[in-house]
Amino acid sequence: MTPIGERINPLTAIGVALLVDLVLLASVDVVTAAVAVAVELLLAPLAGLRLARFARRALPLLTGAAVAGATISLYGRTSGAVHLRWWLVVVSDGSLALALATALRILAIGLPAALLLAGMDATRLADALGSRLHLPARFVLAGLAAVRLVEVFGEDWRTIALARRARGVGDANRIRRLPGQVFALLVVALRRAGLLATAMEARGLGAAERRTWSRPSTFGRPDLAALAAGLLVVALAVGLGLATGSYRVVLT
Amino acid sequence: MAEAAAVEARGWGWRHAGRRPWALDGLDLVIEAGERVLLLGPSGSGKSTLLAALAGVLAEDQGESRGALLVDGRPPRATPGRAGLVLQDPQSQVILPRVGDDAAFGAENLGVPADEVRSRVVAALAAVGLDIPLDATSTRLSGGRQQRLALAGVLAMRPGLVLLDEPTANLDPAGVTEVRDAVVSSVAATGATLLVVEHRVAVWADAVDRVVVLGADGAVVADGAPAAVLAAQGRSLAEQGVWVPGRSPAIRRAPLAASGPVLATSGLLVGRDRRPVLAVPDLELPSGRLTALTGPNGLGKTTLALTLGGLLPPVAGSVVPAPWLAGGLRGGPSEWRSRDLLGRVSVVFQSPQHQFLAGTVRDELAVGPRALRRPPRAVAARVDELLERLDLVRLADANPFTLSGGQQRRLSVGSALAVPPRLLLLDEPTFGQDARTWAALVELLLEGVDDGAAVVAATHDPELVALADGRVALEHERAVLA
Repeated sequence: MTPIGERINPLTAIGVALLVDLVLLASVDVVTAAVAVAVELLLAPLAGLRLARFARRALPLLTGAAVAGATISLYGRTSGAVHLRWWLVVVSDGSLALALATALRILAIGLPAALLLAGMDATRLADALGSRLHLPARFVLAGLAAVRLVEVFGEDWRTIALARRARGVGDANRIRRLPGQVFALLVVALRRAGLLATAMEARGLGAAERRTWSRPSTFGRPDLAALAAGLLVVALAVGLGLATGSYRVVLT
Repeated sequence: MAEAAAVEARGWGWRHAGRRPWALDGLDLVIEAGERVLLLGPSGSGKSTLLAALAGVLAEDQGESRGALLVDGRPPRATPGRAGLVLQDPQSQVILPRVGDDAAFGAENLGVPADEVRSRVVAALAAVGLDIPLDATSTRLSGGRQQRLALAGVLAMRPGLVLLDEPTANLDPAGVTEVRDAVVSSVAATGATLLVVEHRVAVWADAVDRVVVLGADGAVVADGAPAAVLAAQGRSLAEQGVWVPGRSPAIRRAPLAASGPVLATSGLLVGRDRRPVLAVPDLELPSGRLTALTGPNGLGKTTLALTLGGLLPPVAGSVVPAPWLAGGLRGGPSEWRSRDLLGRVSVVFQSPQHQFLAGTVRDELAVGPRALRRPPRAVAARVDELLERLDLVRLADANPFTLSGGQQRRLSVGSALAVPPRLLLLDEPTFGQDARTWAALVELLLEGVDDGAAVVAATHDPELVALADGRVALEHERAVLA
């Protein structure tokens, strides 16, 4: 199965991820976050990501959630029974509950992006921004060019590192040679940007009053399905949060 | 089909912002609609500037112009899409990651209706003979295919004037032929006016019906049928660096006594990130010899050169230095410290810019000697000597990035020779050189050979290969000694 990110319009992916994130950012309780994570994980197989790829994308999220949870359990606001006290560290019922809620919130907010933005393609996003949102063509194409340049940065960086070794100045430790190498990359990148801009202008960039976006940027059933999934996550999470009386909005 | 465009220059000149001399001045030239013209002239005669102006990519804020330059009687920037330009470097002209999208880019910018864009893209890819799926990845195509893709993108704009700025200078011989043939057949089909800038006359002489020669100041010094112009001007063109058929630069070589290998390989498998690319039969690189490393692009010539030069570790097998090269160091060159490579092994990259480290040409040449903590007076003497030999004395205080392509290449070779290495490896050292800078570069390499260094050049250049004492030819996934 192809990843959902390749089947839906990039605008849908961003929109649904934003919808889920905004609602969950506003709520801070354990139940809402836990239900959201549970529903997201239940829906995850439908996103068409292989387990390995999903795990790779989710790994930074898990790490972030674990680190945040651990920190808050040690230092979070104390209330209820105290389990451990050592210097500034106080582990209590209150700090543990807050830690769990925070870790779950990070997962709940991050998972939609990890699932929906997999396979997001810069060209398709540019098409959608240009033909659907009618953003100015120059703005959209400049963004696209930037993506293209970032792709070759990695290769340039490696080449520059090898070239410095060849010149006899590659022995300094990484930190010390970093400024020089960053500067070299910057110079090479600026030159690449100049060449790319010339190539784009040579093909009539900005020539016509209205640019054609020849690839159709469409919305279809997969988009509806993604939207429905997003609404389901939000409705169940907030609904159960309210029903159990645990729902709390961030500002109150 | 778009009608062919006519070009007229009347006393036209252009000066780049921030420069005092005019890049070209007082140009009077008329090109009739449908003519096919090869534009020749020494480096710095403003050929590329003229093409850029005709393509409408020279903006008012990039410099000042005088006189008139007209396409179909109107300034080029007032007629977007009438002229399409293909540039020298294949990689930097790939705009979008998929072939079909890239070919459509120009036509989309002109506001051509979507259905017509799609049919034009199919027709343009067929016209340049690119028989690959529309969703193929454009960034990984060979240089020849990328240039044909750039041409297809231009053709999809249906220009009346096709401008080519050294489109084959960075290609292997197969790529040169495929691009030239694609240009000839597609221009014949559309009837568009063609204006080509190229140092290598032999590639284009049969494909054009007129040759125009610019002098050093940008004025026309010869104009006519290819055979007539080459007969009358061949000698002076060759002296100015144009590759005129039958007038390649003469390089004399004195035969040297054979000497032992500086480096040998054993069961070597080269690659990047431990992913194997190429299995190499056991090689010995003799000192005092020029060895050519040949074969199509994409097989691993660069990877092999970087491995022999101690910049990449072997995936398997070993690179074994002669004891007098190692001088007490253990292991292969890839295990040595960077500083220990100086005076032993040096690598010159394909793109000189990746290798520049200093703000002036003088400091660039001093990098190696200073890294070895040579006394300042010895460093200065060595640098002065190199500046002289590289013909860069006048540019000693210039920033390396502001030099021309040929000068940058000489500088990168010169800085690799600043601490004379026993083994010098170069990646496509002669790409894009005109005949004069080519000769200067080759003489520099041969001086290194005569001093007893093993010089290895990964190259497509038939003239350089002809000068080599030995050859390592790469075929698919293996290397062959020839």
